[in-house]
Amino acid sequence: MTPTIEAPIRARLGGPLKLAIPRGALWGETLDALDRIGVETSEMRGESRSLVFSSDGLTLVTMRPSDVPTYVEAGAADVGITGKDVLMEQADRTVYEILDLAYGACTMVLAGRQGDESLGESERRLGGMRIATKYPRIAERYFEETGRQAEVVEVKGSVELAPLVGLADGIVDLVATGRTLKENGLEAREEITTSSARLIANRVSHKLRAAEVDDLVERLRSKGGG
Amino acid sequence: MIHPIPPGTRDILPDEMRELRELQATLIGVFERYGYGQVATPTLEYDEVLQRGEGRSGIGAYRFFDERGELLALRSDMTIPIARLVSTRFADTEPPMRLSYVGNAYRVIRPQRAQVRQFMHAGIELIGSPAPEGTAEVLEVLSVALDAVGLNRAVLGLGDADLYRQLLTELGVEGEARGRILDRLAEHNLVGLEVEVDGVEGLDADGRETLLRLPGMRGGAEVLEQARDLGGAAVDRATQRLQATYDGLVERGVADRVQLDLGLLRDLGYYTGAIVEVYDPALGHILGGGGRYDDLLGRFGRALPAAGFGLYLERVHLAQAEEERFMRERSADARARDSATRRGPEERSVSGGGR
Repeated sequence: MTPTIEAPIRARLGGPLKLAIPRGALWGETLDALDRIGVETSEMRGESRSLVFSSDGLTLVTMRPSDVPTYVEAGAADVGITGKDVLMEQADRTVYEILDLAYGACTMVLAGRQGDESLGESERRLGGMRIATKYPRIAERYFEETGRQAEVVEVKGSVELAPLVGLADGIVDLVATGRTLKENGLEAREEITTSSARLIANRVSHKLRAAEVDDLVERLRSKGGG
Repeated sequence: MIHPIPPGTRDILPDEMRELRELQATLIGVFERYGYGQVATPTLEYDEVLQRGEGRSGIGAYRFFDERGELLALRSDMTIPIARLVSTRFADTEPPMRLSYVGNAYRVIRPQRAQVRQFMHAGIELIGSPAPEGTAEVLEVLSVALDAVGLNRAVLGLGDADLYRQLLTELGVEGEARGRILDRLAEHNLVGLEVEVDGVEGLDADGRETLLRLPGMRGGAEVLEQARDLGGAAVDRATQRLQATYDGLVERGVADRVQLDLGLLRDLGYYTGAIVEVYDPALGHILGGGGRYDDLLGRFGRALPAAGFGLYLERVHLAQAEEERFMRERSADARARDSATRRGPEERSVSGGGR
């Protein structure tokens, strides 16, 4: 671990505890978890386009899952919920990972086209596989750890497209049910790691607002899991 | 014409420079008052000399060759150069020695992360004064310095760098598992910690509970009591060390702003015993830190116990500005409340009418 010095970002602690919550795949289950610990979410479930909500002593800040570590690291949010996949991809962020919320369980897999051997063939004949992914750092680390060479291409949208049109031999992606893979003629070949929703905390908030953070952790630990 | 400068560096213009200079002068004034004499060391050092101090966790330093092919490095903190200076220039001086510094240090950055390559560090080193007395002195100077620059709300987190190393030895956790557990603790990844702890063969339920509960314990003096209840010789020794330091801080009148934190681990490799981090509610990042480094000077040939702290000046400056704004807003609120109570309700109702 290499300590580096972040340029300080102007984010002040104070007022109600700020919780960053992820829009997207974890949105519904996160709201359910909040309901279970007695935080009212009906306003957020409505048509509102607001990004910030106030509910039961918390300020809820909504954002893309991949932005959650950024806001929490800077202290713009005291605590946040995001997927382990996001935390692994942004492993250099200094945030405290304090609780596995268990919901949003997924598997990170290496997948190729069904009945197609181009993954193995590229490795044998071309010296390495071409892999498309939204998780370039997880993918590169995985191939490095398993002693293989791969050319990792980062894409932002539907990654299943890449092997269908020849951008890549295979993909590294997060799979919940495997349906998307199947519908696009792909199959999982190797399991890389698993992921689920995690509660993270800013390192200063975790110290200076210890009682509030611990209380939220306890409530989520006993009732929040999916 | 626009001429770029490297990312992670910046120019300082007169208004900011004036405030930074004032901040430095205030800090140096406090250090002088406690008998700490200011020293300066070169920005460049031989890489080999810095490596000697760093131990296991190498800091990302900028390295390059000079005209003779010697490997040089830009200093990545101030403590190691001062350890070198003490063993070389003060080889026969009777301890304790009290030294202070203000200077730039340099670390490699990752792109697009708003990290800085160059940062200003100010702090003190107390060489030759053992725990707990030496630690308490250093923390008193830190506390007085924070007040002097207007950060009256700043908190000192106080922990023990040896706690987990000794605890794992006591529990018989060795080899790779030990390294992985220490890594998870340093990252403060409590989810990963539980996975690693559950993977250790032959660890009894008490040992498991101690390893999983200790890192979350932080607060006032009651924390030491709670930790002791978990039992074990390593926890006992660490809480005794912390208690002794804390008692010293009570005597010096600075215990109020100290948060005892059994989950604290600093990522620099040379710390032993007490470690400290500085927090201010105005900022989401730590303002600085320090602790004891009783083995570091021995690596340079003059074995002396030592402790110190360093503050990141740009962050302290930003926290000052935020604290000033906070105080202004608070007094504006108070004035508004005040005038609302002074005026009667009837008067208030017409005051909106544009008199």
